[in-house]
Amino acid sequence: MSRPGLSESRPRIAAINAGMQMGALALAFLLTTAILLFAGAPPLAAYREIAAGAVGSFDSFSNVLVAWVPLLLAAAGVLVTFAAGLWNIGVEGQIVMGAVFTTWVLRLLQESGVPPAVAIIVAMLAGMIGGGLWAALAGVLRTFGGVNEIFGGLGLNFVATALTLWLIFGPWKRPGVGSMSGTEPFPEEFGLPTVAGSRLSLWSLGLGIFAVIIIYVLLERTHFGLRLRAVGLNHKAAFLLGVPTWQYGLVAFVFCGGLAGLAGGVQVTGVYHRLIPSISSGYGFLGLMIAMLILYRAVWLAPVALFFAAVNIGSIQLPIVLKLDSTLSGVLQGTLVLLVLLVEGARQRYLKKLRAKVPPAPGTGHSPRPPAAAALPASGAVIIDGSGED
Amino acid sequence: MDIRLTEIRKHFGVVKANDGISLVVPRGTIQGILGENGAGKSTLMKIISGFQPADSGTISLDGQPVRFRSPADAIRHGVGMLHQDPLDFPPLRVIDNLLIGAPGRIRPRRSEAAAAITELANTFGLTIEPTAEVGSLTVGERQQLELVRLLWLGADVLILDEPTTGISETQRKQLFATLRSLAAGGKTVIFVSHKLDEVQELCTQVAVLRQGRLVGQASRPFDVRQLVGLMFEHEVASEARISCVPGESVLSLTDAGAEHGRIRFEGLDLNLRAGETIGLAGMEGSGQRLLLRACAGLAPTFEGRIALDRSDATGKNYLAFKKMGVAYVPASRLEEGLVPGMSLTDHFLLTDHERGFFVNRREGRRLAQDRISDFNIRGRPEDRIDALSGGNQQRALLALLRPGAKLILLEHPTRGLDLESVIYLWTKLKARCNQGAAIMFASSDLEEILRYSDRILVFFAGRVTGPLDATSTTVDQLGRLIGGAPASPPSDTESHV
Amino acid sequence: MDATTLLIGLAGVLASSAPIVVAVIGETLTERAGVINLSINGTLLLSAMGSFAVAVTTGSVVLGFLGGAAIGAAIALVLAFGSITLRQSQVAIGFVLALFCRDLSYFLGNSYMGQKGPRLSVHPIPLLEDIPVLGTLLFRHDILTYLSFILIFAASWWIFRTRQGLMVRAVGERAEAAFARGARVNLTRYVYTALGGALVGVAGPMFSLSVKAGWKGTISGLDGLGWIVLAIVIFGAWSPVRGALGAYLFGLLQWLSVLLQPHLQQIPSQVLQVAPFPLMILTLLLVNIGNAEWVERVLAALPAPSRRLATRVLRSLRVVSPSSLGVPFQRD
Repeated sequence: MSRPGLSESRPRIAAINAGMQMGALALAFLLTTAILLFAGAPPLAAYREIAAGAVGSFDSFSNVLVAWVPLLLAAAGVLVTFAAGLWNIGVEGQIVMGAVFTTWVLRLLQESGVPPAVAIIVAMLAGMIGGGLWAALAGVLRTFGGVNEIFGGLGLNFVATALTLWLIFGPWKRPGVGSMSGTEPFPEEFGLPTVAGSRLSLWSLGLGIFAVIIIYVLLERTHFGLRLRAVGLNHKAAFLLGVPTWQYGLVAFVFCGGLAGLAGGVQVTGVYHRLIPSISSGYGFLGLMIAMLILYRAVWLAPVALFFAAVNIGSIQLPIVLKLDSTLSGVLQGTLVLLVLLVEGARQRYLKKLRAKVPPAPGTGHSPRPPAAAALPASGAVIIDGSGED
Repeated sequence: MDIRLTEIRKHFGVVKANDGISLVVPRGTIQGILGENGAGKSTLMKIISGFQPADSGTISLDGQPVRFRSPADAIRHGVGMLHQDPLDFPPLRVIDNLLIGAPGRIRPRRSEAAAAITELANTFGLTIEPTAEVGSLTVGERQQLELVRLLWLGADVLILDEPTTGISETQRKQLFATLRSLAAGGKTVIFVSHKLDEVQELCTQVAVLRQGRLVGQASRPFDVRQLVGLMFEHEVASEARISCVPGESVLSLTDAGAEHGRIRFEGLDLNLRAGETIGLAGMEGSGQRLLLRACAGLAPTFEGRIALDRSDATGKNYLAFKKMGVAYVPASRLEEGLVPGMSLTDHFLLTDHERGFFVNRREGRRLAQDRISDFNIRGRPEDRIDALSGGNQQRALLALLRPGAKLILLEHPTRGLDLESVIYLWTKLKARCNQGAAIMFASSDLEEILRYSDRILVFFAGRVTGPLDATSTTVDQLGRLIGGAPASPPSDTESHV
Repeated sequence: MDATTLLIGLAGVLASSAPIVVAVIGETLTERAGVINLSINGTLLLSAMGSFAVAVTTGSVVLGFLGGAAIGAAIALVLAFGSITLRQSQVAIGFVLALFCRDLSYFLGNSYMGQKGPRLSVHPIPLLEDIPVLGTLLFRHDILTYLSFILIFAASWWIFRTRQGLMVRAVGERAEAAFARGARVNLTRYVYTALGGALVGVAGPMFSLSVKAGWKGTISGLDGLGWIVLAIVIFGAWSPVRGALGAYLFGLLQWLSVLLQPHLQQIPSQVLQVAPFPLMILTLLLVNIGNAEWVERVLAALPAPSRRLATRVLRSLRVVSPSSLGVPFQRD
């Protein structure tokens, strides 16, 4: 049955989508440039500096890769919770608790004569468990207590940070006086081996990339991932189709917590070699932003995370070189995500308008229940829609 | 106020919900509106009360044409609607509920309003407690509250949509007394119902809707038989019935009951055997869905005993029921049955017993293609489920049923489908019967019930009549039972088997 | 510690909590209309910085406050637009705005770090300030603290005692029914989101132009307060008076943690500082626990008298949250 008034076709939809998404990126750059101009700063020079600060030298690029790892892990983790339709804002706290557990186990093992490699592995596993437990707590509060995971997660973030501070200034403080520089650093052999002259550990890089691949495979190519995504898209139908929804929700939390905990563990064993107050440095929240920016499609995770890491590291020199605050990185990242979200909303509205139906002419159309005698053709028109849901 | 409707039309997509309805309701009348589900009653009421605009046609009050832009606009003109589920605010107090939306100055005069409302309520023999919390009131009380509120705001035309569902007999009598005195005082009452005895008791005139059109009107005294005939279509010579040889007991209910909000049933005994089909007839919201869900393990308030295949399943949850061979197909396809955003292949992969950890897309696509051909679904395996038409979505839902399901529970399986799809789907379902499955389905289509059931249960206001033998029941008898009127002999049986 | 010092300390608590009170009331109004504004953390920082910049540039404290309010309202309007008109998730947009505005405030505020700007001055009220006890406590503050006292009662009066306030509660409670009563749901949400945002935008300069004068960037101590405001709104059960009490409680705990630090080495100061959050979680637990399905089953299994009691207790806890919170409204 043909539908009068329908002006769309597959290629046109695809063009609209691509155009609007490009437009979002362009608008983001425009907005950031405007902000720079407002602040009286030279935009082009700033962008150049960021680029130079990121890839200008071996040293800086290795730092970008170092920053890339926790972003990969955190973003991969939250992709799992997003797939299940959950807002795991508690991911920051999960990274922190992973770091805490890693530090704890490493402290226990460093005197025990266990070979360093084993100690590190066990400590990282402990980190995953710590993050997983912390996430499970948020999940349980949600499933059994009805506490929205946003507020539960937020609250637990703060508790985790407070716990860290207490540990650093209390039981785990450095001999003498506790200080903001963290706990007593671990001996060098208890850290991940790094590439010469940098802080980059190929092990952690491998872990990060491995995690992204695992998550992609898990979400796209396994039954678990399929069912998880069904829960996120329509938990009622998923339940009726046989998926135990609340268990899947909890598993998603634990999975994300595990990856976040691993990120915390990597920060402790690979980067800082001790527990510091801001061990997660906002990587958890950045992970959430990355996931939102890529509109939850795992394929884009690695490059976008690399971009975010590059912007972060590249901005470090800005205060020195251009007298600009390094938070320009956050500004750039924020405008990107914000505009992509807004344009996405505009795009969906626009496409919905395109699909508006035309009323049937008198004499056509049919009544709610056709009379028994007539046999109407099966109404099987397939709506062509290449894109977004609604 | 007189109210006159002229050629009201409203469509949703290609469906004509109201197809040129014209009606005159003089002041002081209690106008009954009868019709089965899908006849267009609620659409018409939404239009009259301002919730939706008509596509074309006019409404006139006392000769003046009016156009309502919103429900608040309508009440300003004196037209107020009392919904089946009152649109009130449970956590707030009665007095606040009444004041929301009422015109006035910046500080609502609570005590004054309370006094005025209490007095108004008393004139109709109703009592109002201004400080009570609305959520703690019974449905009947909430209804009374809403009625008083509409009158307080100056409603001259009152529309009541199935007001007697879930209220006590005393409250019902009180409501009717109130409505009569309102009509006597010159107000106009429009009373939408499917309950024939109530319409007979209360209304001065009746209009019957069917398939979006006004098919008949009558005034007191009413001939129930004629009304039923107008509401439901007459039988058409049916094709040969498909019956299967009944086998072992698949489902057994003993003293079963459940409740959900205002809907409930109790004391039901039923035994369903393999190969049998039992149809649940009645107006929506009379308990059919509740029974279906109870048989799927989805009713936490279930009382009594339920056994599947001779083993006790009382107290088990849905996933356990599913494992025991129960398949439940909900009516709201996109809200409860399917996952919008996923493709047909995805759905088949979801429901197929997984082989292994990894998804075998090719296998999945092949399976999907098989089922697509088998059920004649117009769509490709990779098409998103929400891109298919309603009819094809329904076919997909049925195609997702597990092959080994022993008890198939269907909520309105052919709603919105054309005849060809209906016949096709039932052929498939009956084929399952031959393989030993039992079917229980709810439907608003009397013909479907009569044609495809072996036995019928009729739900009306919490009472379950039957099981009736489908071969010896007529449309007329069924229609009467659905409307709450006693069926003329021969048909009534006890509710045991 | 003697009585005078105690009184002065408590008065200080009232003054230092005043910005939180204002922010809490603002967000309470927004949430009463059914919208969650997660961006508060960023808004507070950006309005604190922006108002300081305006005040330094113009020399006027009044313009500074107006600037702050405008910033707060603007951010809130972006949230409203993205979530109401463009139908994107309130949580997503609010969250991004929180991070974005925070970083923006540090970035743009860079050049204002450490500068000295105009401050609100203290205006003791003659005669009233001499009342024993209450005088010190209540009548020796700056003008915005006085306004915060008034705001508590004004907001409470507005929500609970006026027709429009009733309508806002209706919108937040059940938007569909409110629409049937004549509410313009989306417009109401826009207005109250902007209003709440403006109030948060006033709370920012209450820091930078008064309590924590100046802009000190990342060590201003303001980061994180926005999240605490969200927690207090819930703890205060969406009521301005109770929210204000929660804010004062928070301020009191802050003060105590500083005061008692040398004496109570064992109890870490961090415990007191994060206290709002466990309280918030506890509140949410109590509010929502009645809805969980397992609770329904347990209730069904109880004998009738205890079931009635339990149901009543649960129901009395349940009343508080605006049920439409976060749910978009669509007219058919």
